[in-house]
Amino acid sequence: MRSKPGPSLLPGLYVHVPFCRKKCFYCDFYSVTEKGLEEAWLASIRREIDFYKDRFGGFSSLYVGGGTPTCLDDGKLAALFEILGRHLTFHADCEVTIEANPDDLDGPRCRMLKSLGCNRLSLGVQSFDDGELALLGRRHDAKGAAGAVEAAIAAGFSNIGLDLIYCLPGQTERSWRLTLERALSFKPAHLSCYQLTVEGRTPLSRMVSGGGLVLPGEKEARKFFLTTSRFLESAGFIHYEVSNFAASRERLCRHNEKYWRRVPYLGLGPSAHSFDGLTRWWNHRSLRRYLAAAVRGKRPVAGHETLSEEQTELEMLYLGLRTRRGIKLADLGARALPALSELRRARLVRVRGDRVAPSRLGYLVADSLPALLC
Amino acid sequence: MKQIRNFSIIAHIDHGKSTLADRFIQHAHLVDDRQFRDQILDNMDIERERGITIKSQTICLPYTSREGAEFELNLIDTPGHVDFSYEVSRALASCEGVLLLVDASQGVEAQTLANLYAAMEHNLAIVPVINKIDLPSADIERVKNEIDHDLGLDPDEAVLCSAKEGIGIEDVLEAIVNRIPPPSGSAEKPLSALIFDARYDSFRGTIVTCRVFDGKVAPGDVIKLMSTGAAYKVEEAGIFHLAREPRPELTAGMVGYIISGIKTVSDTRIGDTITLDASPVEAPLPGFKEVKPVVFSSIYPVASDDYQSLLEALEKYKLNDASLTYQKDSSAALGQGFRCGFLGLLHLEIVQERLEREFDQSIVMTMPSVQYRFFLTDGQVLVVDNPQYYPDPASIQKCEEPFIRASILIPDRYVGSVMKLCMERRGVNSHMSYPTPGRVEITFDMPLAEVVFDFYDRLKSITQGYGSFDYEIIDYRESDLIKLDILVNGEKVDALSVIVHRERARERAVKICDRLEEEIPRHQFKVAIQGAIGGKIIARSTVSPFRKDVTAKCYGGDITRKRKLLEKQKKGKKRMKQVGAVMIPQSAFMAALRTSDEE
Repeated sequence: MRSKPGPSLLPGLYVHVPFCRKKCFYCDFYSVTEKGLEEAWLASIRREIDFYKDRFGGFSSLYVGGGTPTCLDDGKLAALFEILGRHLTFHADCEVTIEANPDDLDGPRCRMLKSLGCNRLSLGVQSFDDGELALLGRRHDAKGAAGAVEAAIAAGFSNIGLDLIYCLPGQTERSWRLTLERALSFKPAHLSCYQLTVEGRTPLSRMVSGGGLVLPGEKEARKFFLTTSRFLESAGFIHYEVSNFAASRERLCRHNEKYWRRVPYLGLGPSAHSFDGLTRWWNHRSLRRYLAAAVRGKRPVAGHETLSEEQTELEMLYLGLRTRRGIKLADLGARALPALSELRRARLVRVRGDRVAPSRLGYLVADSLPALLC
Repeated sequence: MKQIRNFSIIAHIDHGKSTLADRFIQHAHLVDDRQFRDQILDNMDIERERGITIKSQTICLPYTSREGAEFELNLIDTPGHVDFSYEVSRALASCEGVLLLVDASQGVEAQTLANLYAAMEHNLAIVPVINKIDLPSADIERVKNEIDHDLGLDPDEAVLCSAKEGIGIEDVLEAIVNRIPPPSGSAEKPLSALIFDARYDSFRGTIVTCRVFDGKVAPGDVIKLMSTGAAYKVEEAGIFHLAREPRPELTAGMVGYIISGIKTVSDTRIGDTITLDASPVEAPLPGFKEVKPVVFSSIYPVASDDYQSLLEALEKYKLNDASLTYQKDSSAALGQGFRCGFLGLLHLEIVQERLEREFDQSIVMTMPSVQYRFFLTDGQVLVVDNPQYYPDPASIQKCEEPFIRASILIPDRYVGSVMKLCMERRGVNSHMSYPTPGRVEITFDMPLAEVVFDFYDRLKSITQGYGSFDYEIIDYRESDLIKLDILVNGEKVDALSVIVHRERARERAVKICDRLEEEIPRHQFKVAIQGAIGGKIIARSTVSPFRKDVTAKCYGGDITRKRKLLEKQKKGKKRMKQVGAVMIPQSAFMAALRTSDEE
């Protein structure tokens, strides 16, 4: 354990870029395809900063996500970073991540991102199988994805994370394994492997409910999950969160860790969420509503809540039980002890020293662990 | 003075008893047509829903006959279930006659017959009424024939009506005044009045409903309840219209209420005789008996913090239901609760529903049990109604369980299946008689324990509703009784233990395990359910674990969405009981006791 809080416990900053060239079939994150609003968005980010610059300072991570940040042109990306750098303060050792679409990345683009100060790339590769990429409605193919990773490495990025999706309709364990192997061949620092979740009101959900697509069942999903975990851990990765793997302790995504460890973070842009340690608030999801608020000089906040002690405990429990770090044994009430011993017997959790953490099997049922232990 | 008639309506379920009563009330103009609610007399939610009457209701209907004479007609509505047969008998004892209601298309049913016998036992005048004559399927001639052949009554005396359409209502009322004898008795004799109902009013205390046979009673009198000897000063006496209506006195022949500072319903006894303290009657009215609970079950709050609130609810409930008994109880699995005694399984369900609905309690009930007797080697006799107190098997010399004599009336085509059911339930000494062609009366001696679970439900389903069932407890008989325990993941759930006959143990264990398997939700781990006698496992089932439920992504910084889902889960958990790490829903405890034999 660390003796003094390192940079990982300082606040994080998230900026939501709500623009995409094209919506992917499965995605329900907020984004629009109207390029005309980019300038207005930038101006609003600038205004939004004013509300918070005295409340948050010394960010040790910046995460530019979306949407598709890389669909902004070089000028607007530079403007964004210029605004952030001028009005907010960052720790010297700040993790700066930008989400990138492989289609938008070539050598010059990578060098440009590097020059803006980005030191971590999160690449939305999703798959190295062309059929699967088409199914997801992605703009790139497997070759394009490989090219983008190579360009990033050539530009000097050493901290590269790849996002992959599994449990797709028609996907076999073999094809998923090929994707994983291909991903490993680039020696990435980080892998996020998400099981496909069908969100309501997406084209994918319409395809599934229409019967055109059949998703793998619970049993297959479990197999995909376990295969992924075993395979990546045998390759030396640390399975540190349900869907996240790091090549080493130093490569954990510092920014995402803040969400799970309840470290304060500020979110800018439409639909972004913020947390100051006590209160959570979230911005308007609609870009128009977000812009309208900013123009009128109002905080573009759609809702907020101040957490009760009970809510705080529940959050600690559920977030902790999604990570390898787990929770403090002492944070569990006496009432949880019979359940805890049953979970240990079923090898769903492990107790190490003064902490309780889910095992690989425990990750599989992480959604229902908290209710059992509170 | 107005003339009086005291009567009750007896009918097979659905033959239109409540509707007819409603028409009488309308005819008497006791209520505005606009305010009229169907089935005014069944005013508890549960009664409306189940279409049965649980508490008796009484109403006094003013009526001017065609000849111009003025009457007060006291309609005494009776409960319609075997659990309350004693209350029914006291209500009937307060009448001089009954309307025997027969559905014009359904005809005479088994229950009609059983009702007729009950009325005959009380020497009541019987007026057959054929209802629903407006139905296209009505077959009045056939029904008259049945009244003649099956009931042995004069079919020409049957009155025709349709309560629903309001046809013939006055004919029925005329039959009441002309064919049901007026009450006998003398106002000059010492007071003797029969209590046939009592209910609690939060402002006035207990309101006793009674039939005055002799003498009179007025506010200011000091009355004495003969079974307890307790004396009370009468504050108010009166009759029931739709609301209570005070009268200067109640005299021989009248039916009405007395308010006299009796605190709770439990201080009164249904069937008891009221007399005057100063000039008591020599002997009480016949037929009084102390109603004793025969079925026992424990009630626990789902959340142990709610114990106090449950206690208060029981206290309040008990104000209005003298037949419920309760005392403190505790269970390793369920914590602090109450051991309760009931008149039967329906009574138990009513108490459960009312505690939940009217008193907003979240409760778990344990397997119902009867009262067993254990004769120990050291000469002691233990009376046990709670499996927790089942004695050390090595110390038991012999055990006994209560037996009932069941009498079942059915159309003869169901004899085979009903015999089979009774034999399965360890019935012995069967007798059959044929009171009328096509009808069979079967009597069986059966252990009460076999009847309290779902016997009546099964009987009704086997006979498609035609079977009627009544029983009396006859004696205790020697029996080979053992305690069956239920284990969930190796942990004994004492609330699910039952005392059963050795030969029925395995079958019961299998059913309980199967029902629990259906009711206990899937967990993150395997849940084993076992039935055991002593250390020996005799049945088992398994709830397989679910395989995966984790969502891939915790959305960016949106921690709230997921936490809200968990808060919902956590709330749901409050309605579960945790045994070790296994969450057992409240419904599982009730489901386990409905070990129905149905497919």
